Amino acid sequence: MRYLPQTKKSRKEMLEAIGVSNVDELYKDVPESAFIDGFADLPHHKGELAVERILTSYANENISATNVPFFLGAGAYYHHIPASVEYIIQRSEYLTAYTPYQPEIAQGTLQVIFEYQTFIAQLTGQDVANASLYDGASSCAEAALMAMRVTKRNKVVIGNELHPDYRGVLKSYVGNLEDASIEDGEPDEKTACVIIQSPDFYGQPHGFEYWRKKCDETGALLVVVINEIVSLGLLPSPESADIVCGEGQSIGLPMSYGGPHLGFFACKKKLIRQMPGRLCGMTKDADGKRGFVLTLSTREQHIRREKATSNICTNQGLCALAFTIHMSLLGEDGFKRLARLNHEAACRLADALEEIDGVKLFTEHFFNEFVIELPKDAKAIVDVLAEKSVIGGYALDGNQLLVCATEMTTDEDIKTFVSVLTEVLK
Amino acid sequence: MSNELEITQDINNKFTAQQARGLNYEENLLWEKERSDHSGVDLPVPEGSAVRTGLPERTEDIGLPQVSEPQVVRHFVKMSTWNYSIDHGFFPLGSCTMKHNPRLSEKLACLAGFAHIHPKQPESTVQGALKLMYELQNWLAELTALPGVCLVPAAGAQGELAGMMTIKRAHELNNQSQRKIVLTPDSSHGTNPATAVMCGYELRVISTKDTGRISIEAFKEALYATSDDGSDIAGMMVTNPNTCGLFETNIKELADLLHEAGGYFYCDGANFNALVGKIRPGDFGVDVMHVNLHKTFSTPHGGGGPGSGPICTTVKLAPYMPVPVVGMKNDTYCLQWEEDRPETLGRLKGFNGQFAIHVRALSYMMSCGANGLKQVAEDAVLSANYIFSQLKDDFHAPYDAPCMHECIITDKIQKDTGVTTIDFAKALCEYGFHPMTVYFPIVLSGTMLIEPTETESKESIDRFITVMKKFAEDIKSGDTEKFHSFPLSTPRKRLDEVIAARNPVLRWSCN
Repeated sequence: MRYLPQTKKSRKEMLEAIGVSNVDELYKDVPESAFIDGFADLPHHKGELAVERILTSYANENISATNVPFFLGAGAYYHHIPASVEYIIQRSEYLTAYTPYQPEIAQGTLQVIFEYQTFIAQLTGQDVANASLYDGASSCAEAALMAMRVTKRNKVVIGNELHPDYRGVLKSYVGNLEDASIEDGEPDEKTACVIIQSPDFYGQPHGFEYWRKKCDETGALLVVVINEIVSLGLLPSPESADIVCGEGQSIGLPMSYGGPHLGFFACKKKLIRQMPGRLCGMTKDADGKRGFVLTLSTREQHIRREKATSNICTNQGLCALAFTIHMSLLGEDGFKRLARLNHEAACRLADALEEIDGVKLFTEHFFNEFVIELPKDAKAIVDVLAEKSVIGGYALDGNQLLVCATEMTTDEDIKTFVSVLTEVLK
Repeated sequence: MSNELEITQDINNKFTAQQARGLNYEENLLWEKERSDHSGVDLPVPEGSAVRTGLPERTEDIGLPQVSEPQVVRHFVKMSTWNYSIDHGFFPLGSCTMKHNPRLSEKLACLAGFAHIHPKQPESTVQGALKLMYELQNWLAELTALPGVCLVPAAGAQGELAGMMTIKRAHELNNQSQRKIVLTPDSSHGTNPATAVMCGYELRVISTKDTGRISIEAFKEALYATSDDGSDIAGMMVTNPNTCGLFETNIKELADLLHEAGGYFYCDGANFNALVGKIRPGDFGVDVMHVNLHKTFSTPHGGGGPGSGPICTTVKLAPYMPVPVVGMKNDTYCLQWEEDRPETLGRLKGFNGQFAIHVRALSYMMSCGANGLKQVAEDAVLSANYIFSQLKDDFHAPYDAPCMHECIITDKIQKDTGVTTIDFAKALCEYGFHPMTVYFPIVLSGTMLIEPTETESKESIDRFITVMKKFAEDIKSGDTEKFHSFPLSTPRKRLDEVIAARNPVLRWSCN
């Protein structure tokens, strides 16, 4: 087997050095009934070519966004990834390193995290950001748990149309705790936080003044969820929030059928000791040179065990790296331009779809996705569109369809979508 | 906070005065580079039409840096040279299973048919992806003898949460909500107690101090401490092989006692590399375990993620697992949600799990096969025992051989000279190794947990042994002073973690 460097000779030498005659003697503490008789009932090893053939054939059975007009968003977005991003994240030094527990030999990873934290803090208008969490949905759940710790209150309020996956994950996480509850509506004196998603699940952007005022009146924290982070290049900064969290997949990461993505998490400085997840901070070495280390780890499980702010252990290191490289390439102008290109593509798509008989634009305001009303059941339409090689969007209940455009969307794509949809609706 | 500002500026000023030496590069922060007048990505010029967002456009300067593509590439490549990685050399970080990461897995995960598919695409358009997940579920079920598999959890810690929430859900739906206590040994990973608390459980710790293992007496004492029959116990969280690198000799008896009391056995699968393809946890009494795909099945650690921590359960617990689970209906693969699995605890993560990690794991499994995986476990255990046999006379060895895939030594013999575990770790950095895991498990003082893995040659292991023996000899002969200054040749010398925590500077800022 090509991944194993030991030889018959080296195995024999090691057994002799240990003083046993075979490897099974090393397993003497294991109850006999737990051993597999022979080999597991699975195929035996295969060469690289054989595995590549099999799994490539699986990949070929999928319809990839690279090959068809693609209008699906709903929390994961099809964006362009510059080639430099994909090449740099494959460098051994980043790809095959571990968590920077020994900072003297992990400054690369650490400085990247410091830069990542800076990007997130700037984009969200917050003071600090952590080194990342699993994804937007679990990041939102962690925000709610953090708000409960900070306010010592047990009620989480969802203020607008939160992504259904985020809502589901929130329910699982918060539902574990006694007396905790999740409600829709407005905050009161028992509310730990109000969660506002912008753009919301239907693609509608929201201002935060109203909710900021409500939170100030009741003492609840304002949690803003962003699951299309590109929108921050066009929409106002959520700086008035206490916590801003969400999904960073759009910058540097492919959709990969749902993961790995990138949960980001930022907040006001006064809350940092209640933050979940890893943090990287600046320091100096024995010569006084600037360097970076993981810090404030007294919040974390490996030190605090049952008193930790979260059980989270890793971040999404490589995903945060991809994000950081892509942001570095975009820069201030590129990021804002990307946001505008997304919005303008969506505007063109909306105008074109509205021209179709029986199709109505349901959401007046949007960033890069919006809801249209069809004359027929949306789910059935999506399936028919897929048969005709158009990935047409996300079917909401009934006749409503959530469609998305990004900088990847060409005029040709829009034309194809319009003509196929027109035909399907006939 | 003027204090903090001074420290930052002091450090920054020192930094700008430095020069690169040879292949040792210095590299400043992106924000310290001159801001270019154009982006490093050539995007088309927008039309500039009126926005339809209903809100004012964000026009203020966000403060993002701006440089060209070659500057970006150089920036990240230079920084990469400051990292140690498994591709550089020996990385015996105990409990982390730092093994070779095959590039075939990377190549496959990046195929457009895997990378550029959307989690909400119609299932008819992603049959290949669902087939892959379905097969991965089957491989995991077979290797663990636990037939219920849910691939959703994003990492080991979330797998733990998924496992414990599955147990909680099962108790709730079977009118056993009075079970509020979770047992765990003092040697467990910190995530175990943190997870139990996140599930709303109360923790009861079993002492393993003397032998590194859970004794039946200590277990019974914990099991029956507040009720005669253990009817207030929800379950136990045990890592096996445990964090001392030992197989829990009494595991079957412990599981039987727990089951008799109505509790469930959650096994932390962090150390599955010692067992894979040879021993099946379902056959020693486990009800639910998570498997770290990034450890046992060799998906890259990426400098701290992404990982993936699927859970495997008994038939009895399977209905309660998170959703989605991949199923098959009329020869078509499908995702099963709440409608199909009414007793599920619900969702734990957006979408369907860490799919790109699933691709890598299945690629590795297929490459190894049943025979290769068994050899993986055996070589991992052999290598750890070999290291232990060579170091046990030079260092304090708290537990008797054999160990599993990792072994423990401590600094007990050396520490009176002033050289302690941290100094060994930093000395190893100087000598071109990644250190072992230090100060974990916390049941003993000054622990060093060494996990060589199966992908290290004997030659490489011997180099490590030689260096460790040399350290022990140096200390014995009184040559201890140098240990406090290591490392000297790394991009940075010892870093001050106290300053970092006292005055947290967590981002760049212009003041």
